[in-house]
Amino acid sequence: MSAARSVLSLSKILQPWTGLKGSTVSVMRPVMCTRREKSSYTVSVLLKGRDVLLVLGDLICLTDWGLHRFCCVPVDFEVVNVDSSLTSEDEINNAVTAIRRNGVALKGNIETNHNLPPSHKSRNNLLRTSLDLYANVMHCQTLPGVQTRHKDIDIIIIRENTEGEYSSLEHENVPGVVESLKIITRVNSLRIAEYAFRQAREKGRRRVTAVHKANIMKLGDGLFLQCCKEVAAGYPDITFDNMIVDNTTMQLVSKPQQFDVMVMPNLYGNVVSNVCAGLVGGPGLVPGANYGKDYAVFETATRNTGKSIANKNIANPTATLLASCLMLDHLGLHDYASMIRKAILRTLSETRLHTADLGGQGTTSEVVQSIMKEVQKGGPLTSEKI
Amino acid sequence: MAGNAWRSTVSRIMGAVKSQTQPRTFSRGMQTVTIIPGDGIGPEISTSVIKIFEAAKVPIQWEERNVTAIKGPGGKWMIPPEAKESMDKSKIGLKGPLKTPIAAGHPSMNLLLRKTFDLYANVRPCVSIEGYKTPYTDVDLVTIRENTEGEYSGIEHVIVDGVVQSIKLITEEASRRIAEYAFEYARNNQRNSVTAVHKANIMRMSDGLFLRKCREVAENFKDVKFTEMYLDTVCLNMVQDPTQFDVLVMPNLYGDILSDLCAGLIGGLGVTPSGNIGANGVAIFESVHGTAPDIAGMDLANPTALLLSAVMMLRHMGLHGHAKKIETACFDTIRDKKVLTKDLGGNSKCSEFTAEICRRVQDLD
Repeated sequence: MSAARSVLSLSKILQPWTGLKGSTVSVMRPVMCTRREKSSYTVSVLLKGRDVLLVLGDLICLTDWGLHRFCCVPVDFEVVNVDSSLTSEDEINNAVTAIRRNGVALKGNIETNHNLPPSHKSRNNLLRTSLDLYANVMHCQTLPGVQTRHKDIDIIIIRENTEGEYSSLEHENVPGVVESLKIITRVNSLRIAEYAFRQAREKGRRRVTAVHKANIMKLGDGLFLQCCKEVAAGYPDITFDNMIVDNTTMQLVSKPQQFDVMVMPNLYGNVVSNVCAGLVGGPGLVPGANYGKDYAVFETATRNTGKSIANKNIANPTATLLASCLMLDHLGLHDYASMIRKAILRTLSETRLHTADLGGQGTTSEVVQSIMKEVQKGGPLTSEKI
Repeated sequence: MAGNAWRSTVSRIMGAVKSQTQPRTFSRGMQTVTIIPGDGIGPEISTSVIKIFEAAKVPIQWEERNVTAIKGPGGKWMIPPEAKESMDKSKIGLKGPLKTPIAAGHPSMNLLLRKTFDLYANVRPCVSIEGYKTPYTDVDLVTIRENTEGEYSGIEHVIVDGVVQSIKLITEEASRRIAEYAFEYARNNQRNSVTAVHKANIMRMSDGLFLRKCREVAENFKDVKFTEMYLDTVCLNMVQDPTQFDVLVMPNLYGDILSDLCAGLIGGLGVTPSGNIGANGVAIFESVHGTAPDIAGMDLANPTALLLSAVMMLRHMGLHGHAKKIETACFDTIRDKKVLTKDLGGNSKCSEFTAEICRRVQDLD
């Protein structure tokens, strides 16, 4: 019964831009569709082309998939279900295996119930550490058509993604006294610093700023800073400076234009990327990418589940759609990436279609439809039907 | 004649009684406050504050003390005993910026003070200053930060070469204490809600403990609304719409970052007041900016931060009337834009700015 319900709801979502209810259902039929309360779907769709793993945490990813099919992007999506309410780690382990197989994934955020005991680890964190996705990259840019307090922001934030405060190593030696370990290693600090400088050079950036709290955490953040300095010595064309994290946040809200590329450990990365996302217009606009040596996972930059606005057709799909463009770039499909990206930005400058988070009244489906129209205008790469 | 003799006898007796009782209540008599001018621009801004308080006729007598690190018996670093004695007696302190020495062999002075008086709560009210334009208007929130443990426990080890472990300590006692202070502050200052800021999704045990204690304390303060929010969500929402926040309570590191973020929203550390509450009723109010050695002694400093901290101190002492007067005079001066120090966008000297505020204070009488 629930299977039938989910098939129907799927076709309802896809209908606006497929117009072919029958054919969408027929594609679903050979596969079991289950839709659970607040998580995702298990659907396999077969298309020709390269394989990409789709891990669904929310509805937005599905609309994204629909858009890619519309644009005839030569990508197969393998969808993996991760139910956030289950306590066993089997599902996330399956997801990790699948990503290892495919190499690239697109992901929604999986909710962590922080009232469960510590044995229940954050699924998102498990994914990142198992695949060693050591660099989280977020490019924060002022976007056209979006009203913000600050203009001309163009910051690349590179955040160490596997260690630091997110080591999940905690213990209670004495009742009422909890110790949480923050681990900083030379190897990972050098690695992320190297990544940051390489990116800066590739993208023609002038300055890299390391964000830290080494005046207080002299050994931990001191080591991180030391590693950054060492790597900086090998890139004399790029200016390197550093700033303490509390001063950084203060500067970000008063003069964000002064920052170029920023590199930092895990927790400060969390804070700084959320501040920057807020500065350019909110969580619905900024895509994020997690890169490892062998794998890459793309998602929204601020990793929100958006529980309060789920299933109401008011969520802003821009962040996930832009994340999928990053994915296409990563796969080398630059033409498709720029085509979709241009369409997204053109739709964004149309204030009438802004979703609620941008102060408008547009719906998710309206935005996606407008993007598809823009893509159609752009050239012959689209299809009318599936 | 007999009447005169009777009156002089009475007054002599009353005089003796008065000098013996040493009034310590706030409402009558002079309250002693320990003032620590600090380094760099510290002495000049402290002088400004003293002048303004004089003009406002605040019933305070100042006891000036200096704070440097000295090695006590047993080799432990401590603050000079005269300073400690003065603070223990007066219970209230006002502090200017202190130099943080690099490689001096002793911990920072701020840390020493914190340890000496067990200053467990750092309170920073952030209110938008009319007349000092920032991209954010109508900010009116308070950050309350646990100041003794958390990530700043200073416990770090090199496990093996190239692997460092920093320990973040969260205890039941400290979490309960800061939560209680936060709710009491909210109640005493007519604030509507308290939000606990945490990252319990990642740091399940430590922030989980902090959160649990906040929830427990919230049960005893049903008149104040209690909410919980992830640190990243707070940061995200803070820069988009800071008006949704009221009182925020959090562990040490998040407090450090968030309180500076909020200071940035209203205009920076040069205009942000700050107070530290300790056990045993001790409270030290301070300016949180640096010593600005490049402009020290040149009469260019901006005393606003120290002045607003002093106003916070007056409110803590119950001298609300004087507090309001001085605060109004200060804000009016800034709003008027005629006499402003350089960092506020003007060209006046510190003494001119101070004189202007004194004038307004006297006019308000």
